[in-house]
Amino acid sequence: MAVNRLRSVLGTPRKGETFELRAGLVSQYAWERKESIQKTIMAMTLGKDVSALFPDVLKNIATPDLDQKKLVYLYLMNYAKSHPDLCILAVNTFVQDSEDPNPLVRALAIRTMGCIRVEKMVDYMEEPLRKTLKDESPYVRKTAALCVAKLFDLNPNLCIEEGFLEILQEMIGDSNPMVVANSVTALAEIHEAAPETKALVITSQTLKKMLLALNECTEWGRITILTTLADYRAQDTKESEHICERVSPQFQHVNPAVVLAAVKVVFLHMQNIENNQLHATYLKKMSPPLVTLVSSQPEVQYVALRNIDLLLQKQPGILDKEMRVFFCKYNDPPYLKLTKLEIMVRIANANNVDQLLAELKEYAMEVDMDFVRKAVRAIGQVAIKIEECAEKAVNVLLELINTKVGYVVQEVIVVIKDIFRRYPGYEGIIPTLCQCIDDLDEPNARGSLIWIVGEYAEKISNAGEILAGFVDGFNEEFAQTQLQILTAVVKLFLKKPDQSQGLVQKVLQAATAENDNPDIRDRAYVYWRLLSSDPQIARNIVLSQRPQITSTIPVLPGPLLDRLLPNLSTLASVYQKPPSTFIGLGRSSALQDAAIEEAREHARENPIAAAAVTAAMTGVSQPPAQSHAENLLDIDFDGAAPASMQKAPMGGASGLEGLAGTPQRVASPAITSPTSAQQGGGGMEDLMGMFGNGGSAPANGGGGGGGGSQDLMNGFASMDLNGGQPPPPQEQLNGGEGGGQKTKEDLLGLF
Amino acid sequence: MLSGVLLFNQKGELLIMRAFRQDMRPRLADVFRIQVISNAQIRSPILTLGSTTFSHIKNENIYIVGVSKGNVNAALVFEFLYKLVGLGKSYFGRFDEEAVKSNFVMVYELLDEILDFGYPQNTETETLKMYITTEGVKSERALEDSSKITMQATGALSWRRDNIKYRKNEAFVDVIEDVNLLVSASGTVLRADVNGAIEMRAYLSGTPECKFGLNDSLTLGAAGIEPSVGGPVGNISGNKATKAAAGSVTLEDVSLHQCVKLSSFTNDRTISFIPPDGSFQLMNYRATENVNLPFKVHAIVNEIGKSKVEYSIAIRSNYGPKLFATNVLVRIPTPLNTASTTHRASQGKAKYEPSENCIVWRIARFTGQSEFVLSAEAELTATTTAKQWSRPPLSMQFSLLMFTSSGLLVRYLKVFEKGNYSSVKWVRYMTRAGSYEIRF
Repeated sequence: MAVNRLRSVLGTPRKGETFELRAGLVSQYAWERKESIQKTIMAMTLGKDVSALFPDVLKNIATPDLDQKKLVYLYLMNYAKSHPDLCILAVNTFVQDSEDPNPLVRALAIRTMGCIRVEKMVDYMEEPLRKTLKDESPYVRKTAALCVAKLFDLNPNLCIEEGFLEILQEMIGDSNPMVVANSVTALAEIHEAAPETKALVITSQTLKKMLLALNECTEWGRITILTTLADYRAQDTKESEHICERVSPQFQHVNPAVVLAAVKVVFLHMQNIENNQLHATYLKKMSPPLVTLVSSQPEVQYVALRNIDLLLQKQPGILDKEMRVFFCKYNDPPYLKLTKLEIMVRIANANNVDQLLAELKEYAMEVDMDFVRKAVRAIGQVAIKIEECAEKAVNVLLELINTKVGYVVQEVIVVIKDIFRRYPGYEGIIPTLCQCIDDLDEPNARGSLIWIVGEYAEKISNAGEILAGFVDGFNEEFAQTQLQILTAVVKLFLKKPDQSQGLVQKVLQAATAENDNPDIRDRAYVYWRLLSSDPQIARNIVLSQRPQITSTIPVLPGPLLDRLLPNLSTLASVYQKPPSTFIGLGRSSALQDAAIEEAREHARENPIAAAAVTAAMTGVSQPPAQSHAENLLDIDFDGAAPASMQKAPMGGASGLEGLAGTPQRVASPAITSPTSAQQGGGGMEDLMGMFGNGGSAPANGGGGGGGGSQDLMNGFASMDLNGGQPPPPQEQLNGGEGGGQKTKEDLLGLF
Repeated sequence: MLSGVLLFNQKGELLIMRAFRQDMRPRLADVFRIQVISNAQIRSPILTLGSTTFSHIKNENIYIVGVSKGNVNAALVFEFLYKLVGLGKSYFGRFDEEAVKSNFVMVYELLDEILDFGYPQNTETETLKMYITTEGVKSERALEDSSKITMQATGALSWRRDNIKYRKNEAFVDVIEDVNLLVSASGTVLRADVNGAIEMRAYLSGTPECKFGLNDSLTLGAAGIEPSVGGPVGNISGNKATKAAAGSVTLEDVSLHQCVKLSSFTNDRTISFIPPDGSFQLMNYRATENVNLPFKVHAIVNEIGKSKVEYSIAIRSNYGPKLFATNVLVRIPTPLNTASTTHRASQGKAKYEPSENCIVWRIARFTGQSEFVLSAEAELTATTTAKQWSRPPLSMQFSLLMFTSSGLLVRYLKVFEKGNYSSVKWVRYMTRAGSYEIRF
């Protein structure tokens, strides 16, 4: 029946439909009036403008029929804004209703009044609100409590002047748990909107009351109270212990959101507890509930997994034995699979790695391209994390090369390059890699292979031939591949000067004379000068020992992690970004500020590194300088951090990233870092001299060498955030955040 | 908190739009439609655009979207959306486009009651059903009634009405387990665990306090067969029926309905509670140790050249011969370019489903300790691209009564009430397939 009604509304708008409705609204029969109101609401839902019926609908407000009243109220809330004057006509009914003997009606009246956002309404709201806050029915009181928050949103001054905040604060001591929960909710909301009101200040008294209400109120109330408890800073260890003890039973609650909120409270308050044994007990207690969250609904699971990822970064080892739970199911949505992969890599250890590798290999055979790539990358991450399994992992990777699936092979090459950077002794597989040279069409994979060829030129008999092929097509390559070709050929020349003189000439010529990209030109000039001045120095610089990477697993920088932990189970934890970066206006500037602030702090905390760099600049090469120099050169190129530190873009956080990710931006650092590392490695002195003499040094790097740190910082800040290709906002946030922040941090350390 | 809730149908037409805060603008519905519904490649349930966040879930053929500003509690938002779906199901039978369209006034009413200013309020179905009724015109209730309702909606026992009376006091307990299994191609069990739930239907008078006993230290017979094998639903009153069981069951984790006193559970592992009236889920649990797998699957799949795939699937039931599983369904994936299949099954019927790219083998009744075999061949058409077949895992569905994979057993259920009436309790066990996957 209702469907037919709906169809009649959906159908072609007959002339005078509004007229019909109006006729129905003023009908003498109650049932007809009610039906017309329903029709009106239906039209409203469909987006039709039925505001013209306002006066007629309003006439139906005084009715004993609760359902009809609700409908009229619903209509009022929607159109009050467009008819503020007419709204006043309804005030009388509201005031009357708020004194109705039926508590449901009283609550409905006060709830709706708060939702009618008309300035004039405020004056009439005060009295009913005051009365209902003291109502005998808890149902009315809890509704009125939230209404205070609505009033504050509308007119903060009135709300404060009339003392509603004080009343609300008293209500935390109410005998009814739900009233307590809603009062806390309202106060927390007001406190967040206007911290200067100090609306929600927790004392030991209120703490006690909240802990009492915690066990009795609804699941949603529990979440509110738990969230407030998490923000509370305990006065001493004892209080923290008490909170943890009272909150930990909530781990068993059936609602995952309550469990996460409880985990958050315990995790944060635990940090104040010095007793290590207690620490361990709570960590142990929270691991089974966390695992249980993995079997909840996919969306909830996603939130839980992202949070587990954060917790693991702070407390590795809490889920060591639970690897199997995170195995991907074939039907898991892609965002879950990707997140599970990240977590599996984090909890991998020598005991479970065999199982994990077998599983990852299985994933690498699936069809979803993104997932397969991530799985291959994960194999590499595990291999680099756990030395014992490196050989097995390499074997798995070699098997994957044999599948001859384009994107698998490409990803494998990139991963193997990282393994080379970590472990010596796998040169034997190079010929296999070289066989697939023709299948590579992504700059990242090509670059990786070329780097391998250059790095191990002395062990590859036909290295010259391979590189010659690339040099012939030099001008058609991507910029980052060009950089790799350039470096690889120079390495080859230094290792086998007799065979490749012609080749190096040719590539330098191509890079300087025929190329428009300043980065490539500049690097070619640097090499050219280096080679023509003294080959021995060139050898020291170019073929110097490269620093060994330790991990390719993305890790959030410590300060950021500490800022994210209080945000567990919120959006910030899902995106793994501080809230200020994705909420509110001027987001990018917030990002910038945060990054700069963090970098400053880092420089303050770590004066030694800064000193070391100063030393390096005056000519004494010291170990820390290596890594900094590495970053410096990287920034020249694309403003991102080196692979060892780069934070991979948030997997699946936005869902846009896969589409938006321009391969170059995300991938390039992994390629450039090895070369720059070995450039910077030995001869910091020479390199700096080079910049000075040549006059052709890259703009940013050169500025960095000579200029003031402040300028440099600004330069990079703008470059990080705005430079390069303008990616869509999501991507910018994802990519920019980790990389950018880290980069600047390192830079400031340098100066 | 939530600024508003949107409901869309599959095509992206707006069904319901309820704003709870003024920052919820009608325009946002269009934004969501364009960014999510018409965007095939969206891969995350959360989307933040500007300062607005859309969190969506899908149920049947509708999208349920929570719109929020600021750094909201994401877990809470999704949990709430699922709660809304649950409410819709218990009110309208199912929660899909048809149901929403024909009950939209009701949906508004519900939303109005469970969310205030974007904060979730009482979402207990039983309580809500007292004052939001499907018949609509029940508002001539006596006044005292309303006061009682509101007391209950906020009280410490928000899930239970007062003065419930039954002539016959009964409680039904269903132990339902979903077994998840993942077996690798070489036959090793990669993952085997159980997600269980204890569902209860309580028809008890007054305010009964129940105590629930599980076999925390006891377990079932060696093969995991119930003592009451084969019999109909067994009546276990008190704890006498299960004394014979011995052994142990280890539950990895349990989560309990909000009526359960969590503190007493933490202290001495007793589950004591005052049940809501009607059906509810008392507890969820997870077990990973000593999981009894009801079926062992042995699959041999050979790709012969590029034109044929040979299957030989043997399934053996691993439970007592008096038990039988029903609705057993095995999905055997075939390559995308399958032209036709031939199959021969020793029991049940097999059918090739081209739309799902698999052979579906149905066995209506699978008795214990027996083995059935399916041999099949899939003819492939020649393709130009020699893309490898990804070999998705073989999956199974089944339901098996009077069997728990974890070995969990309800030892006793005691009811204490002032009226001191005697009550009848019924317990039933069922094991179903969760994600039962076998790689080959």
